[in-house]
Amino acid sequence: MAATLMAEGATTYGSGAGPGSSTSASLVYFSSASENTHRFVRKLGMEAARIPLRTQDETIYARKPYVLILPTYGGESGRNSIPKQVLKFLKNEENRSLLRGVIGAGNTNFGTTYCLAADKIAAKCEVPHLYRFELMGTADDVARVKQGLEEFWKRQLKQ
Amino acid sequence: MTEKVKLLHHVEAINWNRIQDEKDVEVWNRLVNNFWLPEKVPLSNDVQSWATLTPAEQEMTMRVFTGLTLLDTVQGTVGAVSLIPDAITQHEEAVYTNIAFMESVHAKSYSSIFSTLCSTKEIDEAFRWSNENENLQKKAQIIVDYYTGDDPLKRKVASTLLESFLFYSGFYLPMYWSSRAKLTNTADLIRLIIRDEAVHGYYIGYKFQKGLEKVDEARRQELKDYTFDLLYELYENEVQYTHDLYDGVGLAEDVKKFLHYNANKALMNLGYEAMFPSSLTDVNPAILSALSPNADENHDFFSGSGSSYVIGKAVNTEDEDWDF
Repeated sequence: MAATLMAEGATTYGSGAGPGSSTSASLVYFSSASENTHRFVRKLGMEAARIPLRTQDETIYARKPYVLILPTYGGESGRNSIPKQVLKFLKNEENRSLLRGVIGAGNTNFGTTYCLAADKIAAKCEVPHLYRFELMGTADDVARVKQGLEEFWKRQLKQ
Repeated sequence: MTEKVKLLHHVEAINWNRIQDEKDVEVWNRLVNNFWLPEKVPLSNDVQSWATLTPAEQEMTMRVFTGLTLLDTVQGTVGAVSLIPDAITQHEEAVYTNIAFMESVHAKSYSSIFSTLCSTKEIDEAFRWSNENENLQKKAQIIVDYYTGDDPLKRKVASTLLESFLFYSGFYLPMYWSSRAKLTNTADLIRLIIRDEAVHGYYIGYKFQKGLEKVDEARRQELKDYTFDLLYELYENEVQYTHDLYDGVGLAEDVKKFLHYNANKALMNLGYEAMFPSSLTDVNPAILSALSPNADENHDFFSGSGSSYVIGKAVNTEDEDWDF
Protein backbone atom coordinates (compact mmCIF):
# COMPACT_ATOMS: atom_id res chain seq x y z
CA MET A 1 0.00 0.00 0.00
CA ALA A 2 2.58 2.52 1.08
CA ALA A 3 4.84 1.44 -1.75
CA THR A 4 2.27 2.15 -4.46
CA LEU A 5 1.60 5.53 -2.91
CA MET A 6 5.23 6.49 -3.01
CA ALA A 7 5.63 5.21 -6.53
CA GLU A 8 2.72 7.37 -7.57
CA GLY A 9 4.11 10.31 -5.65
CA ALA A 10 7.40 10.04 -7.47
CA THR A 11 5.83 10.31 -10.90
CA THR A 12 5.05 13.62 -12.54
CA TYR A 13 2.08 14.71 -14.50
CA GLY A 14 2.98 15.52 -18.08
CA SER A 15 6.55 15.48 -19.27
CA GLY A 16 9.59 15.07 -17.05
CA ALA A 17 9.51 12.36 -14.45
CA GLY A 18 10.96 11.28 -11.16
CA PRO A 19 13.45 12.47 -8.58
CA GLY A 20 16.51 14.18 -10.05
CA SER A 21 14.84 14.95 -13.36
CA SER A 22 14.74 18.32 -15.09
CA THR A 23 11.52 19.89 -16.25
CA SER A 24 10.53 22.61 -18.67
CA ALA A 25 6.94 22.63 -17.42
CA SER A 26 5.57 26.05 -16.48
CA LEU A 27 3.81 24.53 -13.47
CA VAL A 28 5.55 22.84 -10.57
CA TYR A 29 3.53 21.49 -7.65
CA PHE A 30 3.69 19.61 -4.41
CA SER A 31 0.91 17.32 -3.23
CA SER A 32 0.90 15.05 -0.19
CA ALA A 33 -0.53 11.53 -0.15
CA SER A 34 -4.00 13.07 0.18
CA GLU A 35 -3.62 13.95 -3.52
CA ASN A 36 -5.77 17.09 -3.23
CA THR A 37 -3.37 19.42 -5.01
CA HIS A 38 -2.54 16.68 -7.52
CA ARG A 39 -6.23 16.41 -8.42
CA PHE A 40 -6.45 20.16 -8.91
CA VAL A 41 -3.44 20.17 -11.22
CA ARG A 42 -4.83 17.24 -13.19
CA LYS A 43 -8.04 19.19 -13.73
CA LEU A 44 -6.05 22.12 -15.14
CA GLY A 45 -4.87 19.79 -17.89
CA MET A 46 -1.55 21.61 -18.21
CA GLU A 47 1.92 20.20 -18.27
CA ALA A 48 3.14 20.12 -14.68
CA ALA A 49 5.99 18.59 -12.71
CA ARG A 50 5.47 17.13 -9.26
CA ILE A 51 8.02 17.63 -6.49
CA PRO A 52 8.93 14.17 -5.10
CA LEU A 53 6.84 13.10 -2.12
CA ARG A 54 9.70 11.47 -0.24
CA THR A 55 11.92 14.06 1.42
CA GLN A 56 15.00 11.88 1.04
CA ASP A 57 14.60 11.66 -2.75
CA GLU A 58 16.56 14.03 -4.94
CA THR A 59 14.48 17.04 -5.89
CA ILE A 60 13.59 18.08 -9.44
CA TYR A 61 15.10 20.92 -11.47
CA ALA A 62 13.23 23.68 -13.30
CA ARG A 63 14.64 24.75 -16.64
CA LYS A 64 12.10 27.45 -17.52
CA PRO A 65 10.12 30.09 -15.60
CA TYR A 66 7.29 28.44 -13.69
CA VAL A 67 4.47 28.96 -11.21
CA LEU A 68 4.50 26.89 -8.01
CA ILE A 69 1.33 25.37 -6.55
CA LEU A 70 1.51 24.13 -2.97
CA PRO A 71 -0.79 23.38 -0.06
CA THR A 72 -0.74 24.64 3.52
CA TYR A 73 -2.06 22.18 6.05
CA GLY A 74 -2.55 24.83 8.68
CA GLY A 75 -1.87 24.53 12.35
CA GLU A 76 1.24 24.88 14.43
CA SER A 77 0.68 28.62 14.75
CA GLY A 78 2.12 29.04 11.28
CA ARG A 79 5.44 27.36 12.04
CA ASN A 80 6.78 24.77 9.64
CA SER A 81 4.01 25.53 7.18
CA ILE A 82 6.14 24.97 4.08
CA PRO A 83 6.49 21.26 3.28
CA LYS A 84 10.10 20.09 3.65
CA GLN A 85 10.03 18.74 0.10
CA VAL A 86 9.21 22.21 -1.23
CA LEU A 87 11.99 23.81 0.85
CA LYS A 88 14.41 21.31 -0.62
CA PHE A 89 13.26 22.20 -4.12
CA LEU A 90 13.56 25.95 -3.47
CA LYS A 91 16.94 25.68 -1.85
CA ASN A 92 18.27 25.10 -5.33
CA GLU A 93 19.28 28.51 -6.59
CA GLU A 94 18.19 28.04 -10.18
CA ASN A 95 14.81 26.68 -9.11
CA ARG A 96 14.36 29.78 -6.98
CA SER A 97 15.43 32.19 -9.71
CA LEU A 98 12.90 30.79 -12.20
CA LEU A 99 9.94 31.13 -9.83
CA ARG A 100 7.44 33.68 -11.16
CA GLY A 101 4.38 33.22 -8.98
CA VAL A 102 2.74 31.05 -6.34
CA ILE A 103 -0.73 29.52 -6.05
CA GLY A 104 -1.83 28.37 -2.60
CA ALA A 105 -4.12 25.50 -1.66
CA GLY A 106 -5.63 25.10 1.79
CA ASN A 107 -8.72 25.34 3.92
CA THR A 108 -10.29 28.55 5.27
CA ASN A 109 -10.94 26.62 8.49
CA PHE A 110 -7.28 27.25 9.27
CA GLY A 111 -8.05 30.96 9.68
CA THR A 112 -4.96 33.15 9.60
CA THR A 113 -2.80 30.31 8.31
CA TYR A 114 -4.99 29.70 5.23
CA CYS A 115 -2.48 29.30 2.34
CA LEU A 116 0.28 30.63 4.60
CA ALA A 117 3.03 28.57 2.95
CA ALA A 118 2.30 30.25 -0.38
CA ASP A 119 2.28 33.67 1.32
CA LYS A 120 5.69 33.02 2.85
CA ILE A 121 7.26 31.88 -0.39
CA ALA A 122 5.74 34.80 -2.33
CA ALA A 123 7.14 37.27 0.20
CA LYS A 124 10.56 35.65 0.39
CA CYS A 125 10.98 35.39 -3.37
CA GLU A 126 9.15 38.63 -4.16
CA VAL A 127 6.73 37.06 -6.58
CA PRO A 128 2.94 37.47 -6.55
CA HIS A 129 0.66 35.07 -4.67
CA LEU A 130 -1.63 34.60 -7.65
CA TYR A 131 -4.59 32.64 -6.32
CA ARG A 132 -5.94 30.61 -3.42
CA PHE A 133 -8.21 27.59 -3.55
CA GLU A 134 -9.48 25.05 -1.06
CA LEU A 135 -8.76 21.32 -0.99
CA MET A 136 -8.93 20.01 -4.59
CA GLY A 137 -10.56 23.18 -5.95
CA THR A 138 -13.97 23.70 -7.54
CA ALA A 139 -14.81 23.93 -11.26
CA ASP A 140 -14.73 27.73 -10.90
CA ASP A 141 -11.25 27.63 -9.39
CA VAL A 142 -10.00 25.52 -12.28
CA ALA A 143 -11.47 27.89 -14.88
CA ARG A 144 -10.05 30.99 -13.19
CA VAL A 145 -6.59 29.57 -12.75
CA LYS A 146 -6.48 28.32 -16.35
CA GLN A 147 -7.44 31.70 -17.72
CA GLY A 148 -5.41 33.58 -15.15
CA LEU A 149 -2.24 31.66 -15.93
CA GLU A 150 -2.69 32.15 -19.67
CA GLU A 151 -2.89 35.92 -19.22
CA PHE A 152 -0.11 35.90 -16.67
CA TRP A 153 2.33 34.22 -19.05
CA LYS A 154 1.35 36.58 -21.89
CA ARG A 155 2.20 39.54 -19.68
CA GLN A 156 5.43 37.92 -18.62
CA LEU A 157 6.49 37.57 -22.27
CA LYS A 158 5.92 41.28 -22.89
CA GLN A 159 8.24 42.28 -20.05
CA MET B 1 -28.83 0.03 22.65
CA THR B 2 -28.86 -3.63 21.71
CA GLU B 3 -25.91 -3.60 19.31
CA LYS B 4 -22.95 -5.56 20.42
CA VAL B 5 -20.05 -3.28 21.25
CA LYS B 6 -17.33 -3.72 18.68
CA LEU B 7 -13.81 -3.82 20.00
CA LEU B 8 -10.46 -4.87 18.69
CA HIS B 9 -9.93 -8.62 19.03
CA HIS B 10 -6.20 -8.53 19.11
CA VAL B 11 -3.82 -5.82 20.27
CA GLU B 12 -0.09 -5.50 19.65
CA ALA B 13 2.21 -2.92 21.21
CA ILE B 14 2.25 0.13 18.94
CA ASN B 15 5.64 0.90 17.42
CA TRP B 16 5.96 4.53 16.30
CA ASN B 17 9.33 3.71 14.79
CA ARG B 18 7.73 1.55 12.12
CA ILE B 19 5.34 3.68 10.14
CA GLN B 20 3.11 2.25 7.40
CA ASP B 21 1.39 5.52 6.50
CA GLU B 22 3.25 8.82 7.00
CA LYS B 23 -0.08 10.62 7.07
CA ASP B 24 -0.76 9.08 10.49
CA VAL B 25 2.35 10.71 11.97
CA GLU B 26 1.78 13.99 10.17
CA VAL B 27 -1.81 14.27 11.42
CA TRP B 28 -0.93 13.08 14.93
CA ASN B 29 1.71 15.82 15.14
CA ARG B 30 -0.64 18.42 13.78
CA LEU B 31 -3.36 17.48 16.27
CA VAL B 32 -0.94 17.52 19.17
CA ASN B 33 0.43 20.92 18.13
CA ASN B 34 -3.12 22.24 17.81
CA PHE B 35 -4.08 21.09 21.31
CA TRP B 36 -5.93 23.68 23.38
CA LEU B 37 -8.29 23.97 26.33
CA PRO B 38 -11.21 26.38 26.78
CA GLU B 39 -9.67 27.73 30.00
CA LYS B 40 -7.01 29.45 27.87
CA VAL B 41 -9.58 31.64 26.11
CA PRO B 42 -10.65 34.78 28.07
CA LEU B 43 -14.37 34.18 27.61
CA SER B 44 -15.29 36.48 30.49
CA ASN B 45 -14.33 39.44 28.27
CA ASP B 46 -17.54 38.70 26.36
CA VAL B 47 -19.86 39.32 29.32
CA GLN B 48 -20.48 42.95 28.37
CA SER B 49 -20.96 42.10 24.74
CA TRP B 50 -23.43 39.34 25.65
CA ALA B 51 -25.52 41.92 27.48
CA THR B 52 -25.93 43.91 24.25
CA LEU B 53 -27.75 41.01 22.56
CA THR B 54 -31.54 40.98 22.69
CA PRO B 55 -33.18 38.16 24.70
CA ALA B 56 -34.18 36.51 21.40
CA GLU B 57 -30.59 36.70 20.11
CA GLN B 58 -29.27 35.26 23.35
CA GLU B 59 -31.76 32.41 23.17
CA MET B 60 -30.84 31.65 19.56
CA THR B 61 -27.13 31.68 20.43
CA MET B 62 -27.60 29.27 23.32
CA ARG B 63 -29.67 26.93 21.16
CA VAL B 64 -26.96 26.95 18.51
CA PHE B 65 -24.35 26.03 21.09
CA THR B 66 -26.38 23.22 22.67
CA GLY B 67 -26.83 21.81 19.16
CA LEU B 68 -23.08 21.90 18.62
CA THR B 69 -22.57 20.32 22.04
CA LEU B 70 -24.75 17.41 20.99
CA LEU B 71 -22.77 16.81 17.79
CA ASP B 72 -19.45 16.96 19.63
CA THR B 73 -20.81 14.56 22.24
CA VAL B 74 -21.84 12.10 19.52
CA GLN B 75 -18.48 12.36 17.80
CA GLY B 76 -16.51 12.05 21.05
CA THR B 77 -18.38 9.17 22.63
CA VAL B 78 -19.59 7.20 19.59
CA GLY B 79 -18.22 8.48 16.30
CA ALA B 80 -14.46 8.64 16.52
CA VAL B 81 -14.40 5.58 18.80
CA SER B 82 -16.42 3.53 16.29
CA LEU B 83 -13.69 4.07 13.70
CA ILE B 84 -10.99 2.40 15.80
CA PRO B 85 -11.83 -1.28 15.09
CA ASP B 86 -11.59 -0.66 11.32
CA ALA B 87 -8.30 1.23 11.38
CA ILE B 88 -5.75 0.03 8.82
CA THR B 89 -2.73 0.88 10.97
CA GLN B 90 -2.18 1.05 14.73
CA HIS B 91 -1.15 4.69 14.38
CA GLU B 92 -4.52 5.37 12.82
CA GLU B 93 -6.12 3.94 15.97
CA ALA B 94 -4.05 6.33 18.05
CA VAL B 95 -5.12 9.30 15.92
CA TYR B 96 -8.79 8.37 16.48
CA THR B 97 -8.28 8.37 20.24
CA ASN B 98 -6.87 11.88 19.93
CA ILE B 99 -9.84 12.95 17.80
CA ALA B 100 -12.29 11.43 20.31
CA PHE B 101 -10.67 13.26 23.20
CA MET B 102 -10.62 16.62 21.40
CA GLU B 103 -14.33 16.23 20.57
CA SER B 104 -14.94 15.87 24.29
CA VAL B 105 -12.89 19.04 24.87
CA HIS B 106 -15.07 20.79 22.29
CA ALA B 107 -18.27 19.58 23.95
CA LYS B 108 -17.02 20.80 27.30
CA SER B 109 -15.96 24.18 25.94
CA TYR B 110 -19.57 25.10 25.12
CA SER B 111 -20.36 24.59 28.78
CA SER B 112 -17.53 27.02 29.58
CA ILE B 113 -19.20 29.58 27.33
CA PHE B 114 -22.57 28.96 29.00
CA SER B 115 -21.30 29.18 32.55
CA THR B 116 -19.51 32.44 31.71
CA LEU B 117 -22.44 34.13 30.03
CA CYS B 118 -25.70 32.61 31.23
CA SER B 119 -27.71 31.63 34.28
CA THR B 120 -28.28 28.00 35.25
CA LYS B 121 -31.95 28.37 34.41
CA GLU B 122 -31.17 29.63 30.91
CA ILE B 123 -28.66 26.83 30.37
CA ASP B 124 -31.14 24.15 31.43
CA GLU B 125 -33.75 25.70 29.16
CA ALA B 126 -31.42 25.63 26.15
CA PHE B 127 -30.51 21.98 26.76
CA ARG B 128 -34.20 21.16 27.08
CA TRP B 129 -34.78 22.79 23.67
CA SER B 130 -32.02 20.77 22.07
CA ASN B 131 -33.39 17.56 23.56
CA GLU B 132 -36.79 18.32 22.11
CA ASN B 133 -35.91 19.83 18.74
CA GLU B 134 -36.96 17.26 16.19
CA ASN B 135 -34.51 18.23 13.46
CA LEU B 136 -31.52 18.38 15.77
CA GLN B 137 -32.36 15.00 17.26
CA LYS B 138 -32.89 13.58 13.79
CA LYS B 139 -29.48 14.62 12.55
CA ALA B 140 -27.79 13.09 15.57
CA GLN B 141 -29.83 9.91 15.13
CA ILE B 142 -29.03 9.54 11.43
CA ILE B 143 -25.33 9.67 12.23
CA VAL B 144 -25.52 7.38 15.27
CA ASP B 145 -27.41 4.80 13.20
CA TYR B 146 -24.59 4.67 10.68
CA TYR B 147 -21.96 4.45 13.37
CA THR B 148 -23.65 1.39 14.83
CA GLY B 149 -24.12 -0.18 11.38
CA ASP B 150 -21.69 -2.77 10.06
CA ASP B 151 -20.05 -0.99 7.11
CA PRO B 152 -16.66 0.53 8.04
CA LEU B 153 -16.40 2.75 4.96
CA LYS B 154 -19.91 4.09 5.41
CA ARG B 155 -18.99 4.94 8.97
CA LYS B 156 -16.13 7.05 7.64
CA VAL B 157 -18.47 8.81 5.22
CA ALA B 158 -20.93 9.59 8.04
CA SER B 159 -18.08 10.77 10.23
CA THR B 160 -16.61 13.06 7.57
CA LEU B 161 -20.01 14.56 6.82
CA LEU B 162 -20.45 15.25 10.52
CA GLU B 163 -17.03 16.86 10.88
CA SER B 164 -17.11 18.84 7.65
CA PHE B 165 -20.80 19.62 7.09
CA LEU B 166 -23.17 19.16 10.03
CA PHE B 167 -21.43 21.58 12.38
CA TYR B 168 -21.71 24.55 10.08
CA SER B 169 -25.33 25.59 10.62
CA GLY B 170 -24.08 26.25 14.15
CA PHE B 171 -20.61 27.63 13.39
CA TYR B 172 -22.22 30.32 11.26
CA LEU B 173 -23.57 32.26 14.25
CA PRO B 174 -20.37 32.95 16.21
CA MET B 175 -18.75 34.03 12.90
CA TYR B 176 -21.72 36.34 12.33
CA TRP B 177 -21.39 37.87 15.80
CA SER B 178 -17.65 38.21 15.35
CA SER B 179 -18.14 40.08 12.06
CA ARG B 180 -20.22 42.56 14.06
CA ALA B 181 -17.55 42.81 16.76
CA LYS B 182 -19.69 40.85 19.24
CA LEU B 183 -18.70 37.84 21.37
CA THR B 184 -15.23 38.00 19.83
CA ASN B 185 -13.56 35.82 22.47
CA THR B 186 -16.23 33.18 22.04
CA ALA B 187 -15.54 33.37 18.31
CA ASP B 188 -11.83 32.81 18.98
CA LEU B 189 -12.69 29.62 20.84
CA ILE B 190 -15.04 28.47 18.07
CA ARG B 191 -12.28 29.09 15.51
CA LEU B 192 -10.10 26.62 17.41
CA ILE B 193 -12.88 24.06 17.12
CA ILE B 194 -13.32 24.86 13.41
CA ARG B 195 -9.60 24.32 12.86
CA ASP B 196 -9.71 20.95 14.62
CA GLU B 197 -12.76 19.78 12.67
CA ALA B 198 -10.95 20.55 9.41
CA VAL B 199 -8.08 18.23 10.33
CA HIS B 200 -10.53 15.55 11.52
CA GLY B 201 -12.58 15.70 8.31
CA TYR B 202 -9.45 15.72 6.17
CA TYR B 203 -7.98 12.71 7.91
CA ILE B 204 -11.10 10.55 8.10
CA GLY B 205 -11.85 11.44 4.47
CA TYR B 206 -8.31 10.44 3.53
CA LYS B 207 -8.69 7.07 5.27
CA PHE B 208 -11.98 6.58 3.43
CA GLN B 209 -10.13 7.09 0.16
CA LYS B 210 -7.44 4.63 1.23
CA GLY B 211 -10.25 2.14 1.86
CA LEU B 212 -11.69 2.79 -1.61
CA GLU B 213 -8.39 1.77 -3.18
CA LYS B 214 -8.94 -1.76 -1.91
CA VAL B 215 -12.44 -2.37 -3.28
CA ASP B 216 -13.80 -3.05 -6.76
CA GLU B 217 -15.57 -0.61 -9.04
CA ALA B 218 -19.09 -1.78 -8.12
CA ARG B 219 -18.43 -1.21 -4.45
CA ARG B 220 -16.91 2.20 -5.19
CA GLN B 221 -20.03 3.20 -7.07
CA GLU B 222 -22.18 1.94 -4.20
CA LEU B 223 -20.23 4.07 -1.74
CA LYS B 224 -20.41 7.13 -3.96
CA ASP B 225 -24.18 6.77 -4.32
CA TYR B 226 -24.45 6.22 -0.61
CA THR B 227 -22.41 9.36 0.13
CA PHE B 228 -24.58 11.59 -2.03
CA ASP B 229 -27.82 10.01 -0.71
CA LEU B 230 -26.72 10.56 2.86
CA LEU B 231 -25.63 14.12 2.10
CA TYR B 232 -29.07 14.86 0.58
CA GLU B 233 -30.84 13.35 3.56
CA LEU B 234 -28.74 15.34 5.99
CA TYR B 235 -29.00 18.47 3.86
CA GLU B 236 -32.80 18.45 3.82
CA ASN B 237 -32.85 18.04 7.57
CA GLU B 238 -30.18 20.73 7.95
CA VAL B 239 -32.30 23.22 6.00
CA GLN B 240 -35.23 22.60 8.36
CA TYR B 241 -32.98 22.95 11.37
CA THR B 242 -31.55 26.19 9.95
CA HIS B 243 -35.06 27.62 9.61
CA ASP B 244 -35.89 26.55 13.19
CA LEU B 245 -32.88 28.46 14.47
CA TYR B 246 -32.53 31.48 12.23
CA ASP B 247 -35.95 32.42 10.82
CA GLY B 248 -36.57 34.70 13.79
CA VAL B 249 -33.64 36.92 12.81
CA GLY B 250 -33.93 36.54 9.04
CA LEU B 251 -30.55 34.88 8.55
CA ALA B 252 -31.66 31.48 7.21
CA GLU B 253 -30.85 32.17 3.55
CA ASP B 254 -27.40 33.43 4.41
CA VAL B 255 -26.77 30.36 6.57
CA LYS B 256 -27.82 28.06 3.72
CA LYS B 257 -25.07 29.43 1.49
CA PHE B 258 -22.62 28.58 4.23
CA LEU B 259 -24.09 25.06 4.34
CA HIS B 260 -23.63 24.61 0.59
CA TYR B 261 -20.08 25.90 0.75
CA ASN B 262 -19.21 23.44 3.50
CA ALA B 263 -21.07 20.53 1.89
CA ASN B 264 -18.73 21.01 -1.08
CA LYS B 265 -15.72 20.87 1.21
CA ALA B 266 -17.04 17.74 2.93
CA LEU B 267 -17.35 16.05 -0.48
CA MET B 268 -13.81 17.10 -1.40
CA ASN B 269 -12.51 15.66 1.85
CA LEU B 270 -13.99 12.36 0.70
CA GLY B 271 -12.33 12.73 -2.71
CA TYR B 272 -15.49 13.72 -4.62
CA GLU B 273 -16.03 16.82 -6.72
CA ALA B 274 -17.94 19.76 -5.25
CA MET B 275 -21.69 19.51 -5.90
CA PHE B 276 -23.17 22.96 -5.27
CA PRO B 277 -22.47 25.56 -8.01
CA SER B 278 -20.78 28.82 -7.07
CA SER B 279 -24.08 30.71 -7.38
CA LEU B 280 -25.23 28.85 -4.25
CA THR B 281 -21.97 28.99 -2.32
CA ASP B 282 -21.29 32.73 -2.39
CA VAL B 283 -20.97 33.04 1.35
CA ASN B 284 -21.36 36.51 2.82
CA PRO B 285 -17.82 37.99 2.64
CA ALA B 286 -18.11 39.19 6.24
CA ILE B 287 -18.62 35.59 7.38
CA LEU B 288 -15.80 34.31 5.22
CA SER B 289 -13.42 36.92 6.52
CA ALA B 290 -14.45 36.19 10.11
CA LEU B 291 -13.41 32.63 9.34
CA SER B 292 -10.18 33.49 7.54
CA PRO B 293 -8.95 37.07 7.12
CA ASN B 294 -7.23 36.34 3.81
CA ALA B 295 -10.01 34.45 2.08
CA ASP B 296 -11.55 37.42 0.28
CA GLU B 297 -11.39 38.48 -3.36
CA ASN B 298 -8.71 41.08 -2.66
CA HIS B 299 -6.34 38.19 -2.48
CA ASP B 300 -7.16 37.01 -5.99
CA PHE B 301 -4.44 38.43 -8.22
CA PHE B 302 -6.01 36.95 -11.35
CA SER B 303 -9.30 38.82 -10.97
CA GLY B 304 -7.62 42.12 -10.07
CA SER B 305 -6.22 44.60 -12.58
CA GLY B 306 -3.12 42.53 -13.03
CA SER B 307 -1.54 44.84 -15.62
CA SER B 308 -0.84 47.47 -12.98
CA TYR B 309 0.74 44.95 -10.67
CA VAL B 310 4.52 45.10 -10.59
CA ILE B 311 5.87 41.61 -10.82
CA GLY B 312 8.57 41.15 -8.24
CA LYS B 313 11.82 39.61 -9.34
CA ALA B 314 13.00 36.50 -7.56
CA VAL B 315 15.88 37.30 -5.26
CA ASN B 316 18.75 34.95 -4.81
CA THR B 317 18.91 34.24 -1.13
CA GLU B 318 21.32 32.28 0.95
CA ASP B 319 20.12 28.87 1.95
CA GLU B 320 19.94 29.86 5.62
CA ASP B 321 17.20 32.31 4.68
CA TRP B 322 14.95 29.38 4.11
CA ASP B 323 14.88 28.50 7.79
CA PHE B 324 11.68 30.39 8.38
